[in-house]
Amino acid sequence: MKAIHKLGLDQALIARCRRDAEVIAQGVQRHIDERTTLSVERSVLRLAGVDGVDKFGVPLPNLMVEEVLKGGELARGITVYLASALKATGLDSQAFSEQFAAGKASLLGHPLVAPPEALQILRPFMVHSFDKIRSNRSRREALMAKYGTPKTAIYVIVATGNIYEDVTQAQAAAEAGADIIAVIRSTGQSLLDYVPYGATTEGFGGTTATQENFRIMRKALDESGEKLGRFIRLVNYASGLCMPEIAAMGALEGLDMMLNDSMYGIIFRDINMQRTFVDQYFSRSLNAVAGIVINTGEDNYLTTSDAVESAHTVLASQFINERFALMAGLPEEQMGLGHAFEISPEVKNGFLYEIAQAQMAREIFPKAPLKYMPPTKHSSGNIFHTHAQDTLFNAAAVLTGQSIHLLGMMTEAIHTPFLSDRHLAIKNARMVQTTMGEIADEITFRSDGIIQRRAQAVLAQAAELLSNIAETSLFTALEEGVFAGVRRSPEGGKGLDGVIRKHPEYVNAAMAYIKEGRQA
Amino acid sequence: MIRPYGDTLDDGKVQLSFTLPVKASAKGMACARDLARQMGLSDALVVDCEAVGEGFSHYVVYGRVPYGVDEEAITVAEVDAPVMSMEEVESRIASAFDRELVFVGASTGSDAHTVGIDAIMNMKGYAGHYGLERYRGIRAYNLGSQVPNEVFINKALEVKADVLLVSQTVTQKDVHLKNLVELVELLEAEGLREKVVLICGGARITHELAKELGFDAGFGPGKFAEDVAAFAVEELLRRGR
Repeated sequence: MKAIHKLGLDQALIARCRRDAEVIAQGVQRHIDERTTLSVERSVLRLAGVDGVDKFGVPLPNLMVEEVLKGGELARGITVYLASALKATGLDSQAFSEQFAAGKASLLGHPLVAPPEALQILRPFMVHSFDKIRSNRSRREALMAKYGTPKTAIYVIVATGNIYEDVTQAQAAAEAGADIIAVIRSTGQSLLDYVPYGATTEGFGGTTATQENFRIMRKALDESGEKLGRFIRLVNYASGLCMPEIAAMGALEGLDMMLNDSMYGIIFRDINMQRTFVDQYFSRSLNAVAGIVINTGEDNYLTTSDAVESAHTVLASQFINERFALMAGLPEEQMGLGHAFEISPEVKNGFLYEIAQAQMAREIFPKAPLKYMPPTKHSSGNIFHTHAQDTLFNAAAVLTGQSIHLLGMMTEAIHTPFLSDRHLAIKNARMVQTTMGEIADEITFRSDGIIQRRAQAVLAQAAELLSNIAETSLFTALEEGVFAGVRRSPEGGKGLDGVIRKHPEYVNAAMAYIKEGRQA
Repeated sequence: MIRPYGDTLDDGKVQLSFTLPVKASAKGMACARDLARQMGLSDALVVDCEAVGEGFSHYVVYGRVPYGVDEEAITVAEVDAPVMSMEEVESRIASAFDRELVFVGASTGSDAHTVGIDAIMNMKGYAGHYGLERYRGIRAYNLGSQVPNEVFINKALEVKADVLLVSQTVTQKDVHLKNLVELVELLEAEGLREKVVLICGGARITHELAKELGFDAGFGPGKFAEDVAAFAVEELLRRGR
């Protein structure tokens, strides 16, 4: 994509923002490198081929990690324990899982192998999983090359709670023109410290994320895609306490995008920040290999903070998310940085500020497939008004060349979308895309006009904020409530007891394999 | 008697839209018309029929409702509290209490939405109406979302809450009702129910529903922090607190 410069942004200031974001992220990365989490360790097991539940429905990865947590030294890494058990029993990971589930095998009580040997023992299982992940990636790339990808992809959500009903709705949406389908998760899943198992038909405000549900929806969208001659991308949430495990499942089942933010869980779900930082690094490392586009969540700041006053916090967060992603080996082309159209329609020139914000993100992150979120905060039960607001949002998306266009629904703030709500939203977006066509290439912004000045001011504010955070730390900034006005403490929130300081001889077979690939 | 107004008094005109699980077709349109007839509409006009995915079609229908409503006979349960501004609430507290009033709010249960509780409590408030955190004379604790009822009650005890605010946004399969009822039961079990003013709010909450569930008041869309505060302050005074 060729660089666009319509806003007269100060390139030196942008470079300074990136330098400060790097300082900020490095401060956290030192902390990350010294720690692992329960969910990271469970992901290692999943990638080593451990799957299934015991007779009470408890996932085996949870049971195994808990066993070592109680009776062993988890700080050494589950890798060492699994490898030692496989060596001693002579079983492969699947056969061992079955024995373990039946209560006939344990991860404890075997002579511990040395870390290099542990890596060697688990390597074939990693190769097996990552071969599958890489083949999902090549398949996606081949299909996208075959069918082409729209410049602005239409993204809608399904959220019935029942995966089979979701399939009906998703296929209808694909037929109507959706390019990307996200299955919204059941309310509260982010705070579960395990991933439910199997196909599910009950959920509140969304559908439980399980590996089987991923498989069912993937298959359904592939069928639709083939019929329609388009590639329909599938999204789920690598977030919450099980962020790394869901990233692993998504990679294995060929998902195309994952909501995956470095700070969202901390701010909006009160998940402990140490936990989230460690988890996001592992998840992104995995997403990078899988070719999965991440969707970051700074757009949410504007649902609690004012969209005019706090616009710069979104930009600052985009810089930080970008740097965290790069550190995990995730290229810009896979960074669906988030922002949103949330300025009150009562604000004079609000639309111009929206254009400034969206165009600014486009220019500062030229390679990133930006994720643009619809108005929600100022949507009421007046569906006609909301539909009109969504039309303005659609126009802003086209005017500024957004990549991932998450459609607003006229029944926002009323219920999870009806089949017809989604249809009407897609129809609206397609109409705007068609009729506004190439308008982005036709338009320049008046030098020193309202739009240019607004973008320059937001950039300057973001630069100041980043420089302040770089002087202290991201931990401090989160304690002070810089983002979304929410204050969090490093020792507070959920999941801190699942953060473990690594033993000097800690090993992780999945990370070792990923790093091997990075160097190759 | 009043009737819906299209463009002439008493014409009874209404508009509706719905999806049927049939292909968009003449038959589908006839089905839509028949459905409208069964709903009691006369002169039903199916003005739009459009395919919505395979095997589904969406309709826009206009028709005439034969029914009317006797406005005089309708009663509505409304929150009984004076309309006050933030400043008026503040001076009311200053003159009637010699202490700060403690409000604890949360979006409880599995509900992950903070939009409702934030609109009432956050400093910034919503649509130009400041939230309770800004009020002089009120100490406001916003616990955020996904707060279990037990945690909510413990916090209320810890800070000696006068007023509890519960927001519920997700109402799919009536999950909010279970959650709200459970809170009332827990408060009663702990002997706390009468010691606090208990208020719920949300897009689908009405005062009538709130009373039915055992709350002191319920606030739906279009209500702001000052409405909630005015009610709570008057209720505390009424109870002689």
